[in-house]
Amino acid sequence: MQFWRLFSRNRSAVMGMFILIAIFLMAISAPLFFPADPFSLAGQSMSPPGANGFLLGSDSLGRDVAAGIAHGAKTSLLIGLLATLVAVFVGVIMGALAGYYGGVIDNLLMRTTEMFQTIPSFLFAILLVAIMKPSIESIVIAIAVVSWPAVARLVRGEFLSLRNREFVQACHTLGMGDVRIMLGEILPNCLSPIIVIGSLMVATAILIESGLAFLGLGDPNIMSWGFQIGAGRTLLRSAWWVCTFPGIAILLTVLAINLVGEGLNDALNPRLRDRS
Amino acid sequence: MESSQRRTRYVLKRLFQAIPIVFAIVVLNFFLLQLAEGDAVDVLAGEAGAATPEYMAELREKFGLDKPLVVQLGVYLKNVVMLDLGYSFRHDMPVSELIFDRFFPTLLLMTSTILLAVGFGIVLGLVAASGLNTWRDTVISIFALITYATPLFWVGLMLIVVFSLNLGWFPTSGMENFAMFYEGWDRVLDIAHHLVLPTITLSLFYLALYTRLMRASMLEQAGQDYVTTARAKGVTERRIVFVHVLRNALLPVVTMAGVQVGALIGGSVIVESVFAWPGLGMLAFEALFARDLNLLLGIFLLSAILVVAVNLIVDIIYSTLDPRIEMA
Repeated sequence: MQFWRLFSRNRSAVMGMFILIAIFLMAISAPLFFPADPFSLAGQSMSPPGANGFLLGSDSLGRDVAAGIAHGAKTSLLIGLLATLVAVFVGVIMGALAGYYGGVIDNLLMRTTEMFQTIPSFLFAILLVAIMKPSIESIVIAIAVVSWPAVARLVRGEFLSLRNREFVQACHTLGMGDVRIMLGEILPNCLSPIIVIGSLMVATAILIESGLAFLGLGDPNIMSWGFQIGAGRTLLRSAWWVCTFPGIAILLTVLAINLVGEGLNDALNPRLRDRS
Repeated sequence: MESSQRRTRYVLKRLFQAIPIVFAIVVLNFFLLQLAEGDAVDVLAGEAGAATPEYMAELREKFGLDKPLVVQLGVYLKNVVMLDLGYSFRHDMPVSELIFDRFFPTLLLMTSTILLAVGFGIVLGLVAASGLNTWRDTVISIFALITYATPLFWVGLMLIVVFSLNLGWFPTSGMENFAMFYEGWDRVLDIAHHLVLPTITLSLFYLALYTRLMRASMLEQAGQDYVTTARAKGVTERRIVFVHVLRNALLPVVTMAGVQVGALIGGSVIVESVFAWPGLGMLAFEALFARDLNLLLGIFLLSAILVVAVNLIVDIIYSTLDPRIEMA
């Protein structure tokens, strides 16, 4: 309950949480309100918002922009969450091994993360998706590949500072195995920064995903906000709404997640507040 | 004399540290190329329409594609060192030539973006920090928060809608108006006119970043002892901010500008493809559409090396600006 008190003290974080809940509800209720395939022709093409029964207008193929946004919410949240989970999973394992054992593993990891910091990550993600062919899996993998080093560096730092504490030494004395100490003793002590960095990574992942889809690297079978904007860009002159509304959806989602992330930061680790 | 020697040694040391990173990136590039479906011969055969398996095997032998992976890697490394990045069959040109042709527009866009983002970021951060918790600070913080969350391509498209299509102030795309055959200063002005919207779009995100950084950096410096000393000596607040604090607060912003170059290149792919700016990013976008992996990998390699180079330069500038930096 102390967590909730600290979190709700940050009013913008609470606002972000409400926006996020609304978007989440929109994502799960999309099939209810828009049962038809969002790619399907729903009526008169190029209808402005409000006309012909289209709340947010339709595009050149008569696809409903509002339906696309509702269905796209699921894609964005799903890819953002999955990519973050994979990146956190890999990052925690690598960071834990490097921080706990040090030596060669640590050296190797630090060199790898250094290389990843040098590589233009968005370009790398583009390359990976282009090579693997666009699909949900390849997009999730690409985003995870460019995101895990940040987690690994963080976890390594935490493990490095915790591995020589008394409670860890006590575990050694009790004869606990390395894996059990890492997972059961050290990891729970560095969960808060991992949660914070993870929450902010979901936002970045959604931005990367929308950028990929905008460039035509989205899963061709799944509606997404980036795809809508990419498909609508040729209509800018005649149908501004096709690009405008999905962009607002991305903006609101990413903003909400960033606000929640900052709120989590304030609530979970006050000492991290000045970082970033 | 002694210090200039030390600086030379520091520069050399940093240079040597950069070599393994570049090497690793080249190797990574090679394996990505291997990962891709099909090789150059498949592409050639596809371009030609049809080819017998015997002919394809012969071609593979000619290109050394039948050799063990290690040998191929060696050949690739040698080629990269000789600046031979392969051949783009779509453009019928060597990749390195294509990249060279498109390098200048990207450099122009990135330079103007960095100048705009860092310049305004410093000013906004300064204003926010000096009016801490006033309406100015709040407005700037909200602005930074929103731009931080906006996808670049969307900002670009919205700017086109407002400033190009509705107001007609700026051109929608391209780098210059070829139909007018401008020369000399007219041409420079024409390019500058085309540069405005792409630069604003690309700089927004980084502007937010530098604003936050500058604000935090100013606040951190304001609590330092030397500020108290200056105040005790009776130095005016204005002089403390502009002469004492500002100089020290600038350093982290300069470093960050170097670190962000990699991200900037990623952003330029998007911005260039929105504004049809004929640079490397646009080339990458075209390569993507034409499934021209050789070209895409070449751009990737070059931009990674560019990041290493910029970081090196920033480090060296930094060590000159701040003599306290350990150069041993």
